Amino acid sequence: MTAEPLSARPQALTDLMGDVGLDERGTSLWQGAFQRLRRNPSAIIGALIVLAFVLVAVFAPLIAPYEPAKSQWIDQVTPSTVPGHSAEHLLGLDPLGSDLFTQLVYGARQSLIIGIVSTAFGLAGGVILGTLAGGLGGWVDTLVMRLVDILLSIPSLLLAVSIAAMLGQRPSAIMIAIGAAQVPIFARLLRGSMLAQRNQDYVLASFSLGLRRRTIVMSHVLPNSLGPVIVQATLTLATAIIEVAALSYLGLGAPDPAVAEWGRMLVKAQDRLQSDPHLTLLPGICIAVTALGFTLLGESLREALDPKSRR
Amino acid sequence: MLRFVVRRLLLLVPVLFGLSVLLFAWLRALPGDPARTLLGDKATPEGIAQLNAFYGFDKPLVTQYLSYTARLLHGDFGSSPRTGQPVLGTFLERFPATVELALAALLFAIVFGIPLGYVAARRAGGWVDRLFVAGSLLGVVIPVFVLAYLLKIVFAVGIPGPLHALAFLPSSGRQDPRIDATHITNFYVLDGLLTREFDASWNAVTHLILPAVALGSIPLAIIVRMTRASVIDVLNEDYVRTAQAKGLSRSLITRRHVLRNAMLPVTTTIGLQTGLLLSGAVLTESVFAFNGIGSYLFDAISGLDYAVLQGFILFIAVIYALVNLVVDLLYGVIDPRLRTS
Repeated sequence: MTAEPLSARPQALTDLMGDVGLDERGTSLWQGAFQRLRRNPSAIIGALIVLAFVLVAVFAPLIAPYEPAKSQWIDQVTPSTVPGHSAEHLLGLDPLGSDLFTQLVYGARQSLIIGIVSTAFGLAGGVILGTLAGGLGGWVDTLVMRLVDILLSIPSLLLAVSIAAMLGQRPSAIMIAIGAAQVPIFARLLRGSMLAQRNQDYVLASFSLGLRRRTIVMSHVLPNSLGPVIVQATLTLATAIIEVAALSYLGLGAPDPAVAEWGRMLVKAQDRLQSDPHLTLLPGICIAVTALGFTLLGESLREALDPKSRR
Repeated sequence: MLRFVVRRLLLLVPVLFGLSVLLFAWLRALPGDPARTLLGDKATPEGIAQLNAFYGFDKPLVTQYLSYTARLLHGDFGSSPRTGQPVLGTFLERFPATVELALAALLFAIVFGIPLGYVAARRAGGWVDRLFVAGSLLGVVIPVFVLAYLLKIVFAVGIPGPLHALAFLPSSGRQDPRIDATHITNFYVLDGLLTREFDASWNAVTHLILPAVALGSIPLAIIVRMTRASVIDVLNEDYVRTAQAKGLSRSLITRRHVLRNAMLPVTTTIGLQTGLLLSGAVLTESVFAFNGIGSYLFDAISGLDYAVLQGFILFIAVIYALVNLVVDLLYGVIDPRLRTS
């Protein structure tokens, strides 16, 4: 992040004015935001949840006692009962005969991968479209924004459903679908943020220094417009994790029923809701807590970056 | 005013055109051969060819699209190859159920959301406020269908033990099939009132409660937060201080100055919930076997039903756009400053 306002100064300007002393540096936007975040309890709770989630996802093979999605103990599962807690299985088995604790741990990994890949995909598409619209303006802007309008006229879950249905039963379908449904949201947000930057004095100054339009857009306007987009990306990770579960529920995504994915586990346990509610509750709690972590972090970040809350 | 409405409606035309092209392209690229899906394992090559010719699946895509739009413009949305029913007819038949459900959910969200948000704002920073804000966060992060299952198990199916007494609500459907109710509009609650079959009306209401609470949970959380933020903003305005300095009663200030101004952003937020309600309906309706467009769309997704998917998503987009237009118009009613411009 080119956060330092002074280091972001165009080279031409530095040449004209000479180097700046350290004492001239103030607190940058992101430094200030970080200081405010550290004082905010909900930001700390959110960050801890996210940290724990990422650690579990990364070190899943070390934490989980067994291999995921193997259905090794399918013979112990009957249509009406599922073995509960025992010495070998901390949380018992899942309805497809895998260790429930192992499945939950690997579910974190699955959620993290789907969340990050789909958000990165949506972010990349949104940044490209948003930069084209906000940076070039004119007919490109009109064209891109009409496309964005069309995409936004479909509720995002239904958009994701249509795309996932088109891509068929493969694991990547869900990631692409969720990411693609986020593209218009990121594009519109970035364009708005870039339009607000375009009339700033520093942009005028860069133009008057004779910098090329591409340089101004890419190295000045874009980095300064990314704040709201990064906040949205954090919040999108929460939505992505919930939407994965919804798409799994609708029967889209990976064809393997035993796969360690929280949404899928929840759906497979629904007919045992009355006899073994923990099979539905535990993945549901995992989804909710993880989404809560990203939401708390994202909203604290939004507050911290908001000019109104700055002194 | 009229010019504004007409202009907004005209803006809808390019959006709908683009949408129909996108939907057509996407849904035609769906994997799986619809004729094969339809005829099942016993499909003969001749049978598949015959069906493809009948529905025009064998023509070039551009021809298929043009004939599709031509029929669209005549109000013919085709019929579902799966059930043989016309898409428009099915939609109109099932739409009242979803509207009834969405309105009930919205009513639940508004009736609880605005007062809770107001109370939280009045006690901003206190423990009541923190509790409500935390609760509203929970409402957003719990997946709709998880909540739907939880409600269903506690209040309809019943958990074994002392809490079984809580299970007093019906678990599925829109009305008890044993009730011989007359249906005029397909809004079951309204039908019962119109025909004076009040027990039928009441029965439909009890069937609505659980799906409406599940579907309304996210809008409720959003409305609480929006009302809270908006009321806090307004309470800090100079005109509120002036009103207090003039010695106006607290209830008068609340009604005329605080709520009236604070409701502007809340109205927009409520309008924006339409999309959420319609997509949430796909999940909620299937949990409660509620025969609206949501559960039909759910079946269409697994049945590769192009005609239904296309038609329904197009309908949903139109409704979404129209609701947002109505919200913009309502804005003028609530905010006198916007009425003249």
